[in-house]
Amino acid sequence: MGAISTLAVMILILFQILKEGLPVLHLRFFLESPKSMGREGGIFSTIIGTMALTGVAILFGAPLGVGTAVFLREYTRESKISRIIRFGTDCLAGVPSIIFGLFGFVFFVIKLNMGWSILSGGLTLAAMILPTVISTAEESIKAVPSSYREVSYSLGGTKWQTVTRVVLPSALPGIFTGILLSVGRSIGETAAVILTAGSSLVMPTSLFSPIRTMSVHFYILAREGISMEMAYGTGATLILLVLIINVIAQWLIDRYIRHRT
Amino acid sequence: MSQGNKIVIKDFSFYYDSFQALQNIDLDIRSKGIFTVFGPARSGKTTLLKSLNRLTDLIFGASHTGAIFLDGTDIYDPKMDLTHLRKRIGMVFDLPTPLPISIFDNVAYGPKLSGNTKKCLNEIVEKALKSAVLWEEVKDRLHTSALRLSGGQQQRLCIARVLALEPEVLLLDEPCSGLDPISTASIEETLFQLKKDYTIILVPHNIQQASRVADRVGFFLNGDLVEEGPVYQIFTKPKDKRTEDYVTGRFG
Repeated sequence: MGAISTLAVMILILFQILKEGLPVLHLRFFLESPKSMGREGGIFSTIIGTMALTGVAILFGAPLGVGTAVFLREYTRESKISRIIRFGTDCLAGVPSIIFGLFGFVFFVIKLNMGWSILSGGLTLAAMILPTVISTAEESIKAVPSSYREVSYSLGGTKWQTVTRVVLPSALPGIFTGILLSVGRSIGETAAVILTAGSSLVMPTSLFSPIRTMSVHFYILAREGISMEMAYGTGATLILLVLIINVIAQWLIDRYIRHRT
Repeated sequence: MSQGNKIVIKDFSFYYDSFQALQNIDLDIRSKGIFTVFGPARSGKTTLLKSLNRLTDLIFGASHTGAIFLDGTDIYDPKMDLTHLRKRIGMVFDLPTPLPISIFDNVAYGPKLSGNTKKCLNEIVEKALKSAVLWEEVKDRLHTSALRLSGGQQQRLCIARVLALEPEVLLLDEPCSGLDPISTASIEETLFQLKKDYTIILVPHNIQQASRVADRVGFFLNGDLVEEGPVYQIFTKPKDKRTEDYVTGRFG
Protein backbone atom coordinates (compact mmCIF):
# COMPACT_ATOMS: atom_id res chain seq x y z
CA MET A 1 0.00 0.00 0.00
CA GLY A 2 2.76 2.39 1.03
CA ALA A 3 4.80 1.48 -2.00
CA ILE A 4 1.87 2.03 -4.32
CA SER A 5 0.99 5.43 -2.87
CA THR A 6 4.64 6.51 -3.01
CA LEU A 7 4.76 5.47 -6.63
CA ALA A 8 1.44 7.22 -7.31
CA VAL A 9 2.65 10.51 -5.83
CA MET A 10 5.87 10.30 -7.83
CA ILE A 11 4.05 9.60 -11.07
CA LEU A 12 1.58 12.40 -10.36
CA ILE A 13 4.34 14.96 -9.83
CA LEU A 14 6.29 13.82 -12.86
CA PHE A 15 3.16 13.74 -15.00
CA GLN A 16 2.07 17.22 -13.96
CA ILE A 17 5.43 18.84 -14.60
CA LEU A 18 6.20 16.98 -17.79
CA LYS A 19 2.69 17.60 -19.16
CA GLU A 20 3.04 21.34 -18.68
CA GLY A 21 6.76 21.52 -19.33
CA LEU A 22 7.45 19.23 -22.28
CA PRO A 23 5.61 21.35 -24.91
CA VAL A 24 8.02 24.19 -24.10
CA LEU A 25 11.11 22.10 -24.63
CA HIS A 26 12.71 22.79 -27.97
CA LEU A 27 16.35 22.93 -28.86
CA ARG A 28 16.10 26.73 -28.81
CA PHE A 29 14.81 26.62 -25.24
CA PHE A 30 18.03 24.91 -24.16
CA LEU A 31 20.43 26.92 -26.28
CA GLU A 32 19.10 30.47 -25.96
CA SER A 33 19.62 32.74 -22.99
CA PRO A 34 16.57 34.17 -21.24
CA LYS A 35 15.10 37.40 -22.62
CA SER A 36 12.98 40.01 -20.79
CA MET A 37 13.37 38.49 -17.31
CA GLY A 38 12.78 34.99 -18.64
CA ARG A 39 9.41 35.69 -20.22
CA GLU A 40 10.90 34.78 -23.58
CA GLY A 41 14.00 33.07 -24.92
CA GLY A 42 15.49 29.96 -23.36
CA ILE A 43 17.33 28.96 -20.21
CA PHE A 44 20.87 28.40 -21.49
CA SER A 45 22.61 30.63 -18.95
CA THR A 46 20.78 28.97 -16.06
CA ILE A 47 21.83 25.50 -17.28
CA ILE A 48 25.43 26.66 -17.36
CA GLY A 49 24.96 28.31 -13.96
CA THR A 50 23.56 25.10 -12.45
CA MET A 51 26.34 22.95 -13.81
CA ALA A 52 29.08 25.37 -12.75
CA LEU A 53 27.69 25.68 -9.24
CA THR A 54 27.20 21.94 -8.79
CA GLY A 55 30.64 21.31 -10.25
CA VAL A 56 32.30 23.63 -7.75
CA ALA A 57 30.29 22.13 -4.89
CA ILE A 58 31.35 18.58 -5.77
CA LEU A 59 34.93 19.63 -6.52
CA PHE A 60 35.32 20.94 -2.98
CA GLY A 61 32.79 18.86 -1.08
CA ALA A 62 33.61 15.38 -2.37
CA PRO A 63 37.38 15.26 -1.67
CA LEU A 64 36.91 16.92 1.71
CA GLY A 65 34.08 14.57 2.65
CA VAL A 66 35.80 11.40 1.44
CA GLY A 67 39.01 12.53 3.12
CA THR A 68 37.19 13.01 6.40
CA ALA A 69 35.60 9.59 6.10
CA VAL A 70 38.98 7.97 5.41
CA PHE A 71 40.44 9.77 8.39
CA LEU A 72 37.61 8.64 10.66
CA ARG A 73 37.68 5.03 9.51
CA GLU A 74 41.32 4.32 8.75
CA TYR A 75 43.45 6.77 10.64
CA THR A 76 41.78 7.06 14.05
CA ARG A 77 40.22 4.65 16.44
CA GLU A 78 37.02 5.54 18.25
CA SER A 79 38.14 8.48 20.33
CA LYS A 80 37.01 11.85 21.57
CA ILE A 81 38.12 13.51 18.34
CA SER A 82 36.30 11.09 16.06
CA ARG A 83 33.16 11.34 18.18
CA ILE A 84 33.26 15.12 18.03
CA ILE A 85 33.70 15.09 14.25
CA ARG A 86 30.88 12.62 13.82
CA PHE A 87 28.60 14.60 16.13
CA GLY A 88 29.46 17.72 14.14
CA THR A 89 28.56 16.17 10.82
CA ASP A 90 25.32 14.78 12.23
CA CYS A 91 24.39 18.27 13.41
CA LEU A 92 25.36 19.71 10.06
CA ALA A 93 23.04 17.22 8.34
CA GLY A 94 20.08 18.58 10.29
CA VAL A 95 20.69 22.24 9.52
CA PRO A 96 18.11 23.73 7.10
CA SER A 97 19.58 24.88 3.81
CA ILE A 98 18.52 28.49 4.33
CA ILE A 99 20.88 28.60 7.33
CA PHE A 100 23.70 27.41 5.08
CA GLY A 101 22.68 30.21 2.74
CA LEU A 102 22.86 32.72 5.55
CA PHE A 103 26.26 31.42 6.61
CA GLY A 104 27.52 31.52 3.01
CA PHE A 105 26.20 35.05 2.60
CA VAL A 106 27.85 36.35 5.76
CA PHE A 107 31.09 34.41 5.41
CA PHE A 108 31.88 33.92 1.71
CA VAL A 109 29.94 36.77 0.12
CA ILE A 110 30.66 39.53 2.62
CA LYS A 111 33.51 38.54 4.93
CA LEU A 112 35.74 36.97 2.27
CA ASN A 113 34.47 39.53 -0.21
CA MET A 114 33.72 37.00 -2.93
CA GLY A 115 30.42 38.65 -3.69
CA TRP A 116 27.46 36.80 -5.17
CA SER A 117 29.36 34.33 -7.28
CA ILE A 118 29.73 30.76 -8.47
CA LEU A 119 32.54 30.34 -5.93
CA SER A 120 30.52 31.63 -2.95
CA GLY A 121 27.54 29.51 -3.91
CA GLY A 122 29.63 26.44 -4.71
CA LEU A 123 31.49 26.58 -1.41
CA THR A 124 28.22 27.01 0.49
CA LEU A 125 26.75 23.98 -1.26
CA ALA A 126 29.98 22.06 -0.58
CA ALA A 127 29.46 22.67 3.14
CA MET A 128 25.83 21.64 2.79
CA ILE A 129 26.55 18.30 1.08
CA LEU A 130 29.48 17.45 3.34
CA PRO A 131 27.45 15.41 5.89
CA THR A 132 25.92 13.26 3.13
CA VAL A 133 29.28 12.60 1.50
CA ILE A 134 30.96 11.83 4.81
CA SER A 135 28.33 9.45 6.13
CA THR A 136 27.86 7.49 2.89
CA ALA A 137 31.63 7.28 2.36
CA GLU A 138 32.14 6.17 5.94
CA GLU A 139 29.50 3.47 5.62
CA SER A 140 30.99 2.07 2.44
CA ILE A 141 34.54 2.19 3.80
CA LYS A 142 33.31 0.35 6.88
CA ALA A 143 31.81 -2.31 4.62
CA VAL A 144 35.17 -3.16 3.01
CA PRO A 145 36.18 -6.55 4.49
CA SER A 146 39.04 -6.21 6.96
CA SER A 147 40.68 -9.20 5.27
CA TYR A 148 41.43 -6.96 2.27
CA ARG A 149 43.39 -4.63 4.49
CA GLU A 150 45.17 -7.52 6.16
CA VAL A 151 46.17 -8.90 2.77
CA SER A 152 47.53 -5.55 1.66
CA TYR A 153 49.55 -5.08 4.83
CA SER A 154 50.83 -8.65 4.72
CA LEU A 155 52.14 -8.02 1.20
CA GLY A 156 54.18 -5.10 2.46
CA GLY A 157 51.68 -2.35 1.79
CA THR A 158 51.84 0.87 3.75
CA LYS A 159 48.73 2.44 5.22
CA TRP A 160 48.50 4.94 2.37
CA GLN A 161 48.93 2.22 -0.27
CA THR A 162 46.32 0.09 1.46
CA VAL A 163 43.82 2.93 1.56
CA THR A 164 44.34 4.13 -2.00
CA ARG A 165 44.75 0.75 -3.73
CA VAL A 166 42.41 -1.52 -1.81
CA VAL A 167 40.01 0.29 0.48
CA LEU A 168 38.91 3.20 -1.70
CA PRO A 169 38.48 1.16 -4.92
CA SER A 170 36.30 -1.32 -3.02
CA ALA A 171 34.28 1.46 -1.42
CA LEU A 172 33.98 3.42 -4.64
CA PRO A 173 30.43 2.41 -5.67
CA GLY A 174 29.08 3.50 -2.28
CA ILE A 175 31.08 6.73 -2.27
CA PHE A 176 29.89 7.45 -5.79
CA THR A 177 26.28 6.95 -4.76
CA GLY A 178 26.73 9.45 -1.95
CA ILE A 179 28.23 11.98 -4.33
CA LEU A 180 25.34 11.39 -6.70
CA LEU A 181 22.83 12.17 -3.96
CA SER A 182 24.79 15.35 -3.33
CA VAL A 183 24.65 16.29 -6.99
CA GLY A 184 20.89 15.94 -6.83
CA ARG A 185 20.68 18.11 -3.75
CA SER A 186 22.97 20.76 -5.23
CA ILE A 187 21.02 20.96 -8.45
CA GLY A 188 17.73 21.28 -6.60
CA GLU A 189 18.89 23.71 -3.92
CA THR A 190 17.26 27.13 -4.11
CA ALA A 191 17.28 29.03 -0.81
CA ALA A 192 21.01 28.76 -0.13
CA VAL A 193 21.82 29.57 -3.75
CA ILE A 194 19.84 32.81 -4.01
CA LEU A 195 21.67 34.15 -0.97
CA THR A 196 25.15 33.22 -2.16
CA ALA A 197 25.23 33.01 -5.96
CA GLY A 198 22.67 35.69 -6.72
CA SER A 199 20.10 35.49 -9.48
CA SER A 200 21.80 37.16 -12.42
CA LEU A 201 20.67 36.08 -15.86
CA VAL A 202 23.89 37.24 -17.49
CA MET A 203 26.14 34.51 -18.83
CA PRO A 204 28.95 33.90 -16.26
CA THR A 205 32.51 34.58 -17.36
CA SER A 206 34.48 33.46 -14.33
CA LEU A 207 34.15 31.78 -10.95
CA PHE A 208 33.48 35.22 -9.50
CA SER A 209 30.48 35.89 -11.74
CA PRO A 210 27.04 35.78 -10.17
CA ILE A 211 24.68 33.26 -11.76
CA ARG A 212 21.14 32.01 -11.63
CA THR A 213 20.55 28.26 -11.39
CA MET A 214 17.57 26.47 -12.92
CA SER A 215 15.90 25.98 -9.56
CA VAL A 216 16.26 29.67 -8.72
CA HIS A 217 15.01 30.54 -12.19
CA PHE A 218 12.02 28.28 -11.69
CA TYR A 219 11.35 29.83 -8.29
CA ILE A 220 11.50 33.42 -9.59
CA LEU A 221 9.44 32.72 -12.71
CA ALA A 222 6.69 31.10 -10.71
CA ARG A 223 6.80 33.35 -7.69
CA GLU A 224 6.90 36.65 -9.58
CA GLY A 225 4.30 35.34 -11.97
CA ILE A 226 6.56 36.04 -14.93
CA SER A 227 5.70 32.98 -16.95
CA MET A 228 4.28 29.70 -15.69
CA GLU A 229 4.91 28.18 -19.08
CA MET A 230 8.64 28.91 -18.89
CA ALA A 231 8.69 27.82 -15.24
CA TYR A 232 7.31 24.39 -16.14
CA GLY A 233 9.78 24.15 -19.00
CA THR A 234 12.61 24.82 -16.57
CA GLY A 235 11.20 22.30 -14.11
CA ALA A 236 10.94 19.64 -16.79
CA THR A 237 14.53 20.31 -17.87
CA LEU A 238 15.65 20.01 -14.26
CA ILE A 239 13.94 16.66 -13.87
CA LEU A 240 15.33 15.35 -17.14
CA LEU A 241 18.84 16.49 -16.23
CA VAL A 242 18.73 14.72 -12.87
CA LEU A 243 17.32 11.64 -14.58
CA ILE A 244 20.07 11.58 -17.20
CA ILE A 245 22.80 12.03 -14.58
CA ASN A 246 21.35 9.19 -12.50
CA VAL A 247 21.06 6.82 -15.43
CA ILE A 248 24.63 7.48 -16.58
CA ALA A 249 25.98 7.17 -13.04
CA GLN A 250 24.11 3.92 -12.42
CA TRP A 251 25.46 2.54 -15.66
CA LEU A 252 29.00 3.48 -14.67
CA ILE A 253 28.63 1.88 -11.22
CA ASP A 254 27.22 -1.34 -12.70
CA ARG A 255 30.05 -1.53 -15.18
CA TYR A 256 32.62 -0.96 -12.46
CA ILE A 257 31.15 -3.63 -10.18
CA ARG A 258 30.85 -6.14 -13.02
CA HIS A 259 34.48 -5.52 -13.88
CA ARG A 260 35.57 -6.40 -10.37
CA THR A 261 33.55 -9.56 -9.81
CA MET B 1 72.47 -19.09 17.64
CA SER B 2 73.20 -22.30 15.84
CA GLN B 3 73.75 -22.48 12.12
CA GLY B 4 70.69 -23.11 9.94
CA ASN B 5 68.08 -21.50 12.16
CA LYS B 6 65.96 -19.11 10.16
CA ILE B 7 63.79 -17.92 13.01
CA VAL B 8 64.63 -17.91 16.66
CA ILE B 9 61.86 -17.16 19.15
CA LYS B 10 63.08 -16.32 22.63
CA ASP B 11 60.86 -16.25 25.71
CA PHE B 12 58.04 -14.73 23.67
CA SER B 13 54.69 -13.97 25.30
CA PHE B 14 51.75 -12.27 23.66
CA TYR B 15 48.74 -10.56 25.20
CA TYR B 16 45.39 -9.34 23.87
CA ASP B 17 44.68 -6.74 26.53
CA SER B 18 44.84 -8.92 29.65
CA PHE B 19 44.37 -12.27 27.91
CA GLN B 20 47.66 -14.09 27.45
CA ALA B 21 47.62 -15.89 24.10
CA LEU B 22 51.22 -17.11 24.05
CA GLN B 23 53.24 -18.09 27.11
CA ASN B 24 57.01 -17.81 27.12
CA ILE B 25 57.61 -19.52 23.82
CA ASP B 26 61.16 -20.66 23.01
CA LEU B 27 61.41 -22.11 19.55
CA ASP B 28 64.01 -22.40 16.79
CA ILE B 29 62.78 -22.88 13.26
CA ARG B 30 65.29 -24.26 10.79
CA SER B 31 65.91 -22.91 7.36
CA LYS B 32 63.93 -24.60 4.53
CA GLY B 33 61.39 -27.35 5.01
CA ILE B 34 57.97 -27.36 6.59
CA PHE B 35 57.52 -26.63 10.27
CA THR B 36 54.02 -27.41 11.40
CA VAL B 37 52.32 -25.79 14.36
CA PHE B 38 49.37 -27.84 15.56
CA GLY B 39 47.03 -28.00 18.53
CA PRO B 40 43.40 -27.44 19.41
CA ALA B 41 41.57 -24.17 18.77
CA ARG B 42 42.60 -21.13 20.78
CA SER B 43 46.05 -22.50 21.51
CA GLY B 44 47.82 -19.49 20.01
CA LYS B 45 48.80 -20.85 16.59
CA THR B 46 47.46 -17.96 14.54
CA THR B 47 48.82 -15.46 17.04
CA LEU B 48 52.26 -17.02 16.68
CA LEU B 49 52.10 -16.74 12.88
CA LYS B 50 50.88 -13.16 12.93
CA SER B 51 53.57 -12.24 15.44
CA LEU B 52 56.21 -13.42 12.98
CA ASN B 53 55.35 -10.81 10.34
CA ARG B 54 54.00 -8.32 12.87
CA LEU B 55 50.45 -8.32 11.53
CA THR B 56 49.63 -8.28 15.23
CA ASP B 57 50.61 -4.60 15.12
CA LEU B 58 47.17 -3.94 13.61
CA ILE B 59 45.37 -5.24 16.69
CA PHE B 60 44.41 -2.62 19.21
CA GLY B 61 45.45 -3.38 22.77
CA ALA B 62 47.94 -6.13 21.91
CA SER B 63 51.34 -6.34 23.56
CA HIS B 64 54.25 -8.76 23.85
CA THR B 65 57.39 -9.57 25.79
CA GLY B 66 60.46 -11.48 24.64
CA ALA B 67 62.00 -11.38 21.18
CA ILE B 68 61.83 -12.94 17.73
CA PHE B 69 64.89 -13.04 15.49
CA LEU B 70 64.89 -13.46 11.73
CA ASP B 71 68.39 -14.37 10.56
CA GLY B 72 69.67 -12.92 13.81
CA THR B 73 67.85 -9.58 13.54
CA ASP B 74 65.24 -8.68 16.13
CA ILE B 75 62.04 -8.09 14.16
CA TYR B 76 60.54 -6.01 16.97
CA ASP B 77 63.44 -3.57 16.79
CA PRO B 78 61.90 -0.08 16.45
CA LYS B 79 64.16 0.52 13.45
CA MET B 80 62.74 -2.54 11.65
CA ASP B 81 61.28 -1.68 8.24
CA LEU B 82 57.83 -3.29 8.40
CA THR B 83 57.29 -3.25 4.65
CA HIS B 84 60.58 -5.05 4.13
CA LEU B 85 59.85 -7.54 6.91
CA ARG B 86 56.45 -8.45 5.46
CA LYS B 87 57.98 -8.94 2.05
CA ARG B 88 60.48 -11.38 3.54
CA ILE B 89 57.82 -13.20 5.54
CA GLY B 90 54.73 -13.81 3.42
CA MET B 91 51.43 -14.99 4.82
CA VAL B 92 48.47 -16.97 3.47
CA PHE B 93 45.28 -16.85 5.52
CA ASP B 94 42.83 -19.57 6.51
CA LEU B 95 40.18 -18.53 4.01
CA PRO B 96 41.07 -17.60 0.43
CA THR B 97 41.28 -13.82 0.32
CA PRO B 98 41.56 -12.75 -3.31
CA LEU B 99 41.21 -9.01 -3.77
CA PRO B 100 38.30 -8.06 -6.07
CA ILE B 101 40.61 -7.37 -8.98
CA SER B 102 41.93 -9.51 -11.82
CA ILE B 103 44.04 -12.61 -11.33
CA PHE B 104 47.03 -10.78 -12.77
CA ASP B 105 46.57 -7.74 -10.55
CA ASN B 106 46.25 -9.92 -7.46
CA VAL B 107 49.62 -11.53 -8.07
CA ALA B 108 51.16 -8.24 -9.16
CA TYR B 109 49.82 -6.35 -6.15
CA GLY B 110 52.89 -6.82 -3.94
CA PRO B 111 55.53 -6.27 -6.64
CA LYS B 112 53.68 -3.16 -7.86
CA LEU B 113 53.85 -1.64 -4.38
CA SER B 114 57.61 -1.69 -4.57
CA GLY B 115 57.51 -0.10 -7.99
CA ASN B 116 58.29 -2.88 -10.47
CA THR B 117 57.97 -1.96 -14.13
CA LYS B 118 55.21 -3.35 -16.27
CA LYS B 119 57.60 -5.55 -18.23
CA CYS B 120 59.02 -7.14 -15.09
CA LEU B 121 55.52 -7.76 -13.78
CA ASN B 122 54.60 -10.13 -16.59
CA GLU B 123 57.57 -12.33 -15.79
CA ILE B 124 57.04 -12.14 -12.03
CA VAL B 125 53.36 -13.06 -12.32
CA GLU B 126 54.01 -16.00 -14.63
CA LYS B 127 56.77 -17.35 -12.43
CA ALA B 128 54.71 -17.00 -9.25
CA LEU B 129 51.66 -18.68 -10.78
CA LYS B 130 53.84 -21.53 -12.04
CA SER B 131 55.39 -21.99 -8.59
CA ALA B 132 51.93 -22.18 -7.06
CA VAL B 133 50.91 -24.74 -9.74
CA LEU B 134 48.13 -22.52 -11.02
CA TRP B 135 49.56 -21.18 -14.27
CA GLU B 136 48.14 -23.86 -16.58
CA GLU B 137 44.62 -23.33 -15.25
CA VAL B 138 44.53 -19.55 -15.54
CA LYS B 139 47.02 -18.54 -18.23
CA ASP B 140 44.27 -17.77 -20.73
CA ARG B 141 42.19 -15.62 -18.40
CA LEU B 142 44.68 -13.62 -16.37
CA HIS B 143 42.61 -10.49 -16.69
CA THR B 144 39.30 -11.86 -15.44
CA SER B 145 38.28 -11.26 -11.85
CA ALA B 146 39.97 -13.45 -9.25
CA LEU B 147 36.60 -13.91 -7.55
CA ARG B 148 35.53 -16.22 -10.38
CA LEU B 149 38.10 -18.87 -9.48
CA SER B 150 37.16 -21.92 -7.41
CA GLY B 151 38.08 -22.00 -3.72
CA GLY B 152 41.15 -24.16 -4.27
CA GLN B 153 42.31 -22.01 -7.15
CA GLN B 154 41.77 -18.88 -5.09
CA GLN B 155 43.93 -20.26 -2.30
CA ARG B 156 46.72 -21.17 -4.73
CA LEU B 157 46.36 -17.66 -6.13
CA CYS B 158 46.94 -16.34 -2.63
CA ILE B 159 50.06 -18.49 -2.39
CA ALA B 160 51.21 -17.19 -5.79
CA ARG B 161 50.56 -13.64 -4.62
CA VAL B 162 52.90 -14.17 -1.69
CA LEU B 163 55.51 -15.96 -3.82
CA ALA B 164 55.58 -13.04 -6.25
CA LEU B 165 57.44 -11.09 -3.56
CA GLU B 166 60.08 -13.85 -3.36
CA PRO B 167 59.84 -14.11 0.41
CA GLU B 168 62.18 -16.23 2.52
CA VAL B 169 59.55 -17.50 4.90
CA LEU B 170 55.97 -18.57 4.15
CA LEU B 171 53.34 -18.50 6.87
CA LEU B 172 50.29 -20.61 6.08
CA ASP B 173 47.38 -20.48 8.49
CA GLU B 174 45.12 -23.46 7.82
CA PRO B 175 45.33 -22.84 4.08
CA CYS B 176 43.13 -25.85 3.32
CA SER B 177 40.40 -25.29 5.90
CA GLY B 178 37.70 -24.39 3.40
CA LEU B 179 38.76 -26.78 0.66
CA ASP B 180 37.75 -30.18 -0.68
CA PRO B 181 40.21 -33.12 -0.63
CA ILE B 182 41.24 -32.66 -4.26
CA SER B 183 42.08 -28.98 -3.82
CA THR B 184 43.82 -29.84 -0.55
CA ALA B 185 45.94 -32.44 -2.31
CA SER B 186 46.98 -29.96 -4.97
CA ILE B 187 47.95 -27.40 -2.34
CA GLU B 188 49.96 -29.99 -0.43
CA GLU B 189 51.67 -30.91 -3.69
CA THR B 190 52.51 -27.23 -4.11
CA LEU B 191 53.96 -27.13 -0.61
CA PHE B 192 56.22 -30.09 -1.36
CA GLN B 193 57.58 -28.19 -4.35
CA LEU B 194 58.10 -25.04 -2.30
CA LYS B 195 59.76 -26.46 0.77
CA LYS B 196 63.00 -26.99 -1.14
CA ASP B 197 63.44 -23.24 -1.41
CA TYR B 198 61.39 -21.73 1.37
CA THR B 199 61.07 -21.94 5.11
CA ILE B 200 57.40 -22.81 5.54
CA ILE B 201 55.50 -22.52 8.78
CA LEU B 202 52.13 -24.21 8.49
CA VAL B 203 49.12 -24.47 10.72
CA PRO B 204 47.39 -27.60 9.35
CA HIS B 205 43.64 -27.90 9.51
CA ASN B 206 43.90 -31.35 11.09
CA ILE B 207 46.48 -33.70 12.55
CA GLN B 208 46.48 -35.92 9.47
CA GLN B 209 47.69 -33.04 7.37
CA ALA B 210 50.45 -32.35 9.87
CA SER B 211 51.64 -35.94 9.61
CA ARG B 212 51.46 -35.86 5.80
CA VAL B 213 53.43 -32.73 5.07
CA ALA B 214 55.54 -31.73 8.07
CA ASP B 215 59.26 -32.14 8.58
CA ARG B 216 59.18 -30.88 12.13
CA VAL B 217 56.19 -30.13 14.31
CA GLY B 218 55.41 -28.15 17.43
CA PHE B 219 52.40 -28.96 19.61
CA PHE B 220 50.66 -25.98 21.16
CA LEU B 221 48.10 -26.07 23.95
CA ASN B 222 46.52 -23.00 25.58
CA GLY B 223 49.34 -20.75 24.45
CA ASP B 224 52.06 -23.14 25.59
CA LEU B 225 54.54 -24.89 23.33
CA VAL B 226 54.21 -28.37 24.85
CA GLU B 227 56.86 -30.05 22.74
CA GLU B 228 58.66 -29.75 19.46
CA GLY B 229 60.62 -32.17 17.31
CA PRO B 230 60.78 -34.19 14.08
CA VAL B 231 57.38 -35.32 12.87
CA TYR B 232 57.96 -39.08 13.30
CA GLN B 233 59.07 -38.63 16.89
CA ILE B 234 56.14 -36.44 17.94
CA PHE B 235 53.61 -38.74 16.33
CA THR B 236 55.10 -42.05 17.44
CA LYS B 237 57.08 -41.39 20.61
CA PRO B 238 55.93 -38.11 22.13
CA LYS B 239 57.68 -37.19 25.36
CA ASP B 240 54.77 -35.35 26.89
CA LYS B 241 51.59 -37.08 28.04
CA ARG B 242 49.44 -34.21 26.69
CA THR B 243 50.94 -34.56 23.21
CA GLU B 244 50.30 -38.27 23.24
CA ASP B 245 46.71 -37.77 24.37
CA TYR B 246 46.12 -35.23 21.63
CA VAL B 247 47.68 -37.14 18.72
CA THR B 248 45.92 -40.33 19.74
CA GLY B 249 42.66 -38.46 19.90
CA ARG B 250 41.93 -38.69 23.61
CA PHE B 251 40.99 -35.00 23.55
CA GLY B 252 40.74 -32.45 20.81
